[in-house]
Formats: sequence, structure tokens, C-alpha cells
Amino acid sequence: MLRKVTLLAAALLLVGGPALANTKVREPEPVAFSFEGPFGRYDQTQLQRGFKVYREVCSACHSMNLVAFRNLGDPGGPFFNPEYSAAKGLTSNDNPVVKALAADTQIADLDSETGDAVQRPGIPADRFPAPFPNVIAAKASNGGLAPPDLSLMAKAREGGPEYIASLLQGYGPPAHGVTLSPGQHYNAYFVGGVIGMAPPLAADKVSFDDGTKSTVRQQAEDVAAFLMWTADPHMEARKQMGFSVLIFLVLFSGLLYASYRRVWRNESH
Amino acid sequence: MSGHSTYVPKTGFERWLDSRLPIIRLANDTIITFPTPKNLNYWWTFGGILSMMLGLQIVTGIILAMHYVPHVDYAFNSVERIMRDVNYGWLIRYMHANGASMFFVAVYIHIFRNLYYGSYKAPREVLWILGCVIYLLMMATAFMGYVLPWGQMSFHGAVVITNLLGAFPIVGDAITTLLWGGFAVDEPTLKRFFSLHYLLPFMIAGVVVLHVWALHVVGQNNPTGIEPKSKADTLPFTPFATVKDGFAMSLFLILFATFVFFMPDALGHADNYIPANPLVTPSHIVPEWYFLPFYAILRAVPDKLMGVIAMFGAIICIFALPWLDTSKVKSMRYRPQAKLYFFIFLVVCVILGFCGAKLPDDQVIPGLTTFKLVDSDLNSFVWLSRISTLYYFAYFLVVMPLLGLFEKPLPTPETISSPVLGGEHKD
Repeated sequence: MLRKVTLLAAALLLVGGPALANTKVREPEPVAFSFEGPFGRYDQTQLQRGFKVYREVCSACHSMNLVAFRNLGDPGGPFFNPEYSAAKGLTSNDNPVVKALAADTQIADLDSETGDAVQRPGIPADRFPAPFPNVIAAKASNGGLAPPDLSLMAKAREGGPEYIASLLQGYGPPAHGVTLSPGQHYNAYFVGGVIGMAPPLAADKVSFDDGTKSTVRQQAEDVAAFLMWTADPHMEARKQMGFSVLIFLVLFSGLLYASYRRVWRNESH
Repeated sequence: MSGHSTYVPKTGFERWLDSRLPIIRLANDTIITFPTPKNLNYWWTFGGILSMMLGLQIVTGIILAMHYVPHVDYAFNSVERIMRDVNYGWLIRYMHANGASMFFVAVYIHIFRNLYYGSYKAPREVLWILGCVIYLLMMATAFMGYVLPWGQMSFHGAVVITNLLGAFPIVGDAITTLLWGGFAVDEPTLKRFFSLHYLLPFMIAGVVVLHVWALHVVGQNNPTGIEPKSKADTLPFTPFATVKDGFAMSLFLILFATFVFFMPDALGHADNYIPANPLVTPSHIVPEWYFLPFYAILRAVPDKLMGVIAMFGAIICIFALPWLDTSKVKSMRYRPQAKLYFFIFLVVCVILGFCGAKLPDDQVIPGLTTFKLVDSDLNSFVWLSRISTLYYFAYFLVVMPLLGLFEKPLPTPETISSPVLGGEHKD
């Protein structure tokens, strides 16, 4: 149906509005993500790969202020391990992978005895450290525009993860009539086509631990899935509860309908 | 409250209380013995659904207020804390956000049911006006609530809407400054919107009490529009209406749960997941879907002040409807011509909603360039909304007053029961 409408729109565009063609932003390409649809769940190995892309590439410029290391080990997260869950009387703070990832970073803090500014190894409760100390520094290092925080990126753009995956693969020579200044790049999926971010991904730039071939497309889709998880970490719990609620409501409605029929059985109406 | 109370206190305590505060009598007369017309259809279940939604919104809202921080620097992140770290915070917040939309779905059905069956006509004018007041309060509450997460659409929506009031001559600027608490949408604005957003739902609840009171004085209308004439026409509220309302509420909750659990962000805007930034204006500012028809009317008029007047006028028309409609027949079941105009009106309202979501100069039929009329091409959403706005006002100001004088309604039944007995069950 949608395709028909698109075709029709494209046909009409050819007849009536060739002048518009250049300014049109390209629609994100569809990706069959594992978390789509009412039964969709995150693919944990994909989240792990996506986290690696984020950690080794994106986090050099983009902050992720809303996500803590402990979240990585929460149910539905990339490093969730049932051994370290509430069922065992433990939390994601006890997860050794999470602890190691946190300890691998340096967090700015105050010495609780002297009040001196210090750097200490991270703990699972810490949020991901930002690449720049403040917005001014982020702007100064990036041609005057601070790279946006990625925590909610998959919810904050139309098209969500598909948009992110398309954008990361969408670099190319500028379209006819677009001139680029130094530090600018052409990306057909970006509004206006001109983007400050240099092409961040390249084949084999990130090596995947599970042996997956590291193509640009693979990296882009994996990091898009990871960003969907950071934006919506409770999605699996939400859908699971949704099914219980719907099953209950359908049965309850059935009971109420039977009661309604019984109560009204002698009334003509 | 309607008619004589049939409550008989059974225990000693009930007799003691009844002579001091007859609250059990009130409850009994309101939700047990209250006579309801026996021919009510499912369109009459939305009153109960609306009470349920108001209750849900207040309960979830009170919990959210325990965690929310009304401060420009913390509001956005405090909402995200609710979504991520508060136990079941995502559930409460999604229920509240989608609950607002569901509340409006129900209220629009409730209003259109009134329009179709003529429930606003004598003796129900006060009941109708109280309903209109509730609707106005709901709009104010929803607007302020949408500002609280302090995302991009929250902030810039607030700027656009509060600026509208500045269009009024003389008092406009003073009202805007008072709303803002300064000279721009900022910290004081967020603080007072939060305070008012907490207050208004209780005012709604208060007006709902009046609405229900007025309802119990005049009694419910029904699909025939004929007032009940004897006991044979009515049934006690409990169990007959309660069980039917309960069934409808449960069905409505299925719809609600589908949104909350499976597409919680479908009715929102992606831009509102970006923290508010006064220096960056979103390319396309649109209000929530339930305001879109009025937004389209506002933008249909080229002049700002006239646009604002048209928008408020659209709401005033609804208030004045009992006196604009001159027909003696209530239900449109017996008014074939009115029925036709009503369904066109319904479609026009939906079209206005679409127009409100589009850019005014976007083409309705893509690719077709016709000719420029005044300021835009005829094939544009601004012209579609102008034509629709014209019909919107014509429905209230021309069709309703004149149709009642000239139309020839179908014969109406003597009593509620007679069409049923006569076998004319079809609607």
C-alpha cells in the first residue's frame, strides 16, 4: 500500500514538480530490526556489537549522558547475564563485564577527604563519561556545533533507528547544485543534505568479537540497534507486560459481556 | 436526585447517618436507582469512560509529580529518570501521556454523540455548557502538561500558543507577560504551568460533579430524543447501565493498552525527545493531534488577530449551539437532512485535523499546480483549511438555525418503547 502511494507520489512528482527534486530529503531505507513489531526483542549479540561501535567510534565526539554502565547489565541490555539478576539476589552492579567496562574509564570526581579534583576508575553506577568537559569545548572542537547527545537519538528523529542506519551509510558526492565548505560533507538522508559529521564508519574499522564480518552496513545497523536500546531500555519488559495486560483485558471483557447479556436478558431494547 | 428518592436505610447505622449526612442516599440515588432510558446504545458509554480516564490521569499524574522537577535545567532529565530508573516509571509516564490522547478520543466521541442526538437541547443547555467548560479546561490542562517535559516541541509549542494571546489589542501583551512570568517562555513559565497543570484537573473534577448533578436533574437523553414518559421506558442504573458501561470501559482499555505497551510514542513528536533549546526552532511546529483542527482554523485566516478570533469563535459556537439549533426534534434519526450535514461536518473536522498537521503551502494533491488565489496556490492545505473552516462555521451559524425552520423531519415515535415494539429497530 505504502509502496503504491510512494510510486504514485513519485509519478506525480515527475509530472508536476521537477524543481522540488533537489531539496527532497531521502527517506530512510527499511531495515528488518529484531525489535520491531509486538513480539520484537533486542538481539543481545547485536547490542554488544553496536556498543563496541559506539565505544570505539561514536563516543570520541558524542556524549551519552543518560546511560550508566550498570544499564548495560540490566534485563534486555547488551551484557545482561541471568547469573547477576534480581532472581539470584544480585544486580547488574555485580556483573563482571559491566564492572570491567566501568573500571576501564576515568571519571572526574572530588577526593572526599581533601576536596581536590581527582580522576578515579569508573564503577557500574557511573554514567558514561562525556568526551568533552562542557558544551563550549564540544563546540570548539567540532567547527562551532556541539555533537548531539546520543542517549535518546533513536527516539528523537523521525524514522528512528532506520534513519540512523541510513544516515551512517548515506555519505556520497554532493548532489547537483550543493556546494560544500571545508568541514562539511554531503549526506542524502540529512535535512538539507549538508552535515558536519565526517563519515564515521569504514569497513573493518571495528573488529567484532563474534566474528561477524565488519562491513559499514553491519556497523551502521548494529549501532542503530544499540541506540534504540539506549533510548528505550525497558522495551522488552513493556511488551511482555503488554501481553499479560491484553490477555487479561480480553478475558475480562468477555466476562463483562456475558454478564451484560445475562443482566439484560429479559429486557427488550 | 431525579424524582423521589427510594432509598430505605436498612441498618441502625444507616438510619443514624441518613438523618445527619444522607451520603449513602446520594450515592444510591446517583448510581443505583437512577432511571436510565432503556434504549441507550454504546455511544452513551463514553461518559463512564471519561470519568475513568480522568481518574487515571489524576492518579498517574500525582505519582509523576513525586519524581518530576519543574526547572528548566532538570525537567527534561527528570522525565528521563522516570522513564529509566523509577520502578515502572515508564509505565506511569506512558499511561499519562497516552491517557491524555485517549481522554480526547473519548471526549470527541462524547461531543459528536451529543451533536447527533441533540442532547444539548432544552432542558439540557446547562448540562451542555458545563460539558463545554470541562472541554475547555481539558484543553488548557493538556497544553500545559505537554510543556512540562521541556523538549523542543514543548518549548516552541508554548512560545507559539502563548504568543497568540498577544494578538488581542490592549490587553494582549499584559496577558502574555502574566502567563510567561517575564518577557519570554522561561523558568517562571514552566513553574506556573506545572502548578496550574496540577490544579486544573481538580477543577475539571469539580465541574464534572456539577455536570453529573445537572444530568441527574434532567435525566439522560436517548437515541430517539423522546423523553421517558413512564416507568416502562427506563431501567435502574445498576445493574443495567453499570454492566454495559463496564464492558465498554474494558474495550476502551484494550485500545488504551495497545498504545501504552506497543506504540507509546506513536501519538507524540520525535522532536520532544530533544531537550528544549530556545536558539534552535524546529522546522515544523505542530500541536498535539487533538488541537489540530483549531490550529488549522487559526492558520486559515491570513490576519493574526482575526485568526485567533476565528479559533476562539470556533469554540464559542459549540457553547452557543443550544440556541443556534432551531429544530424541535432532538435526534437526527428523524432529521435526514440534518444527518447529511452532520456527517459532512464530521468529515470536515477530520480534514481540518489533517490540514493542521501539514505545512500551509504543501500541496493536497502532490505535483498538481493550479493557479494562485490571493496568497497561495488553490491546491494547498491552506485553501483546503479555508474551505473547511467556512463549512465549520456555516454548520453552526447557517445550517443549524435555518434547517430547523425549513426541514421536514420524519414522524417521531410517541414513546421510547413504541419504536421497539413496532419493530423499527434500525438506526
